[in-house]
Amino acid sequence: MMKDSRNWWQVLLRRGSREPQSAAVAPTLNALSVVEPMVEMIESDPLLLYFQHSPGALDIETLQLDSPALRQLRASGVKLVVPLMSQGELIGLLNLGPRLSEQDYSSDDRALLNTLATQASPAVRVAQLVQQQQVETQQRERLEQELRVARLIQQTLLPKALPSLDGWNVNAFYQPARAVGGDFYDFIDLPDGRIAFVIGDVTDKGVPAALVMATIRAILRTSAQRLITPSAVLEQANDLLHPDIPPKMFVTCLYAVLEPATGRLLFANAGHDVPYRRTDGGVLELRARGMPLGLMPGMSYEEKEITMGSGESILFYSDGLVEAHDTERQMFGFPRLQALMQQWDERTDLIAYMRDQLESFTGVGWEQEDDVTLMTLERVCDVAQEESMHANGTWRTIKTFSVPSQTGNERAVMENVAEALASFNLPQARMERLKTAVAEATMNAIEHGNQNRAELPVDVAVLASDHQLAVRITDQGGHTPIAAKEEPNLEAKLEGLQSPRGWGLFLIKNLVDELRVGGDEQHHVVELLVNLEEGQS
Amino acid sequence: MSKPFSVSVRHFDHTPVIDLHGEINSLADDDLNEAYVRAVQADPSVVMLNFSDVDYINSKGIALIVGLLAQARKKGRKLITYGLSPHYVEIFNITRLSDFMHNFENEQEALGAATVEVKA
Repeated sequence: MMKDSRNWWQVLLRRGSREPQSAAVAPTLNALSVVEPMVEMIESDPLLLYFQHSPGALDIETLQLDSPALRQLRASGVKLVVPLMSQGELIGLLNLGPRLSEQDYSSDDRALLNTLATQASPAVRVAQLVQQQQVETQQRERLEQELRVARLIQQTLLPKALPSLDGWNVNAFYQPARAVGGDFYDFIDLPDGRIAFVIGDVTDKGVPAALVMATIRAILRTSAQRLITPSAVLEQANDLLHPDIPPKMFVTCLYAVLEPATGRLLFANAGHDVPYRRTDGGVLELRARGMPLGLMPGMSYEEKEITMGSGESILFYSDGLVEAHDTERQMFGFPRLQALMQQWDERTDLIAYMRDQLESFTGVGWEQEDDVTLMTLERVCDVAQEESMHANGTWRTIKTFSVPSQTGNERAVMENVAEALASFNLPQARMERLKTAVAEATMNAIEHGNQNRAELPVDVAVLASDHQLAVRITDQGGHTPIAAKEEPNLEAKLEGLQSPRGWGLFLIKNLVDELRVGGDEQHHVVELLVNLEEGQS
Repeated sequence: MSKPFSVSVRHFDHTPVIDLHGEINSLADDDLNEAYVRAVQADPSVVMLNFSDVDYINSKGIALIVGLLAQARKKGRKLITYGLSPHYVEIFNITRLSDFMHNFENEQEALGAATVEVKA
């Protein structure tokens, strides 16, 4: 309050000093002289207290106070001071020098001045309020202008169009908060048809954040063309950004490279919110360790790889989504987001769904606290693609079931599969071969994939097309390509040069028409295919 | 339902027969080796393995049979098999066990071959 009061003092005194004629409302005030320089008064000055308790004109020559302001007034030649009061608050002073006649101010003069002060105070107060409003308006306009610049920088640099990829849906949404945060996203075309997906967030808001965002965008675009792996791109971006970023600012950023033809996605993460991946087996987090960009030089970034299957989706997002609050100040949060991702009906648009969910969470009239950015990547569930993958027409599911990972359950799986396929009338020899292959693959899933942990299921799906049968066996061990193992050699085994064991995969390969291996970060999938002959479908 | 593994040993003159029953998997390891030790106490030149009552052999069971064969070969002993189902005959062909162990349809044929081997 005092800061404002002091400004008003100054205004009043300046006005008094520059417009002395305005005070010439009565003949006596012809004596008014200009006071220079302007007198400043601090909150603790005893003169201030005095005026608040002693309204009316005051001859300062007679006043005994240890007051810096009083000394300044005397030094400026002020003889008489008339406080201006408004609603019990001191809002200014009328300072008068000596009368031109060099006589003392009379009691009539004082009475006139007191009347003048009483009448002038409301007008002065109004003038002060108008001026204050003008200052605030100017400040607000300056801030608005700054926000317009920040918005312009961000909107200029965000992608103008979404990438168009055969077999993929890509979508993005960006909604700045009023104060404009530092969110950004980008798509970068790379050689060989690959494409980089970038999402990030600069700490701070407004123009500083927008400028850092522009910088990191340029760095990433340049690094992406020179370097192949996401981890190398983030390492270089961090080292280039670190020397120039303002203190206490940093950038979170997730960088992922997609090979559209295969669905292979390599990614590294510099401290950004972990994306969610929706698969048939549930919603998974795409975790990779790494510090935000710009904090420390010489950082390294963990790199992960997944293969997105048909019908799978990934949601990239910024903290403006998960840190949104409802009217009860509850946070949107990660568990809610993960659950929503699971509940999402994939026939609808994921971004529209998330926006609806956010809106119903925050309620109407939500004042958005931070930028909200969403980016989605979906591998289209394409029947033609599925067919071409399997080469032999449409597949139908005959049976699906699971068994706990306990030794011995491979025989149950074997019998279950045989029962499911009974109607196909496979020749006995072919059925026996498939049964043994199924048992061996299940045993591998139990022992190697699930490490004999009974609580982990081995999932089995029996499928049929017009020309083939398939048994898909899935464990929870995560996909690892089959290592180029030594082929079992019986002579070597008999001579003790090879272990007597190691027949499982060899048998499987020799007992079915085709063996396929796949999976993702959490699942290892083995698919055994048997060709059907005429009349067996 | 799978039948647990069991094993017994018989002798025809100097030729032992190891009768195998049930499921040959890693659990059969100790019993099978113990039976083999009993079967070769008299140092026979041929040992017959009877698979007539075996309903399942997995890759670990194959490894046990490879182990027995390696032991036998070290002593210059021959292993003869009989009673394998067509499917396991195929498995023995795929793994090439059949190159080292002659397989016969029944005990009589196997015994005939064993007698020839013993005399030889």
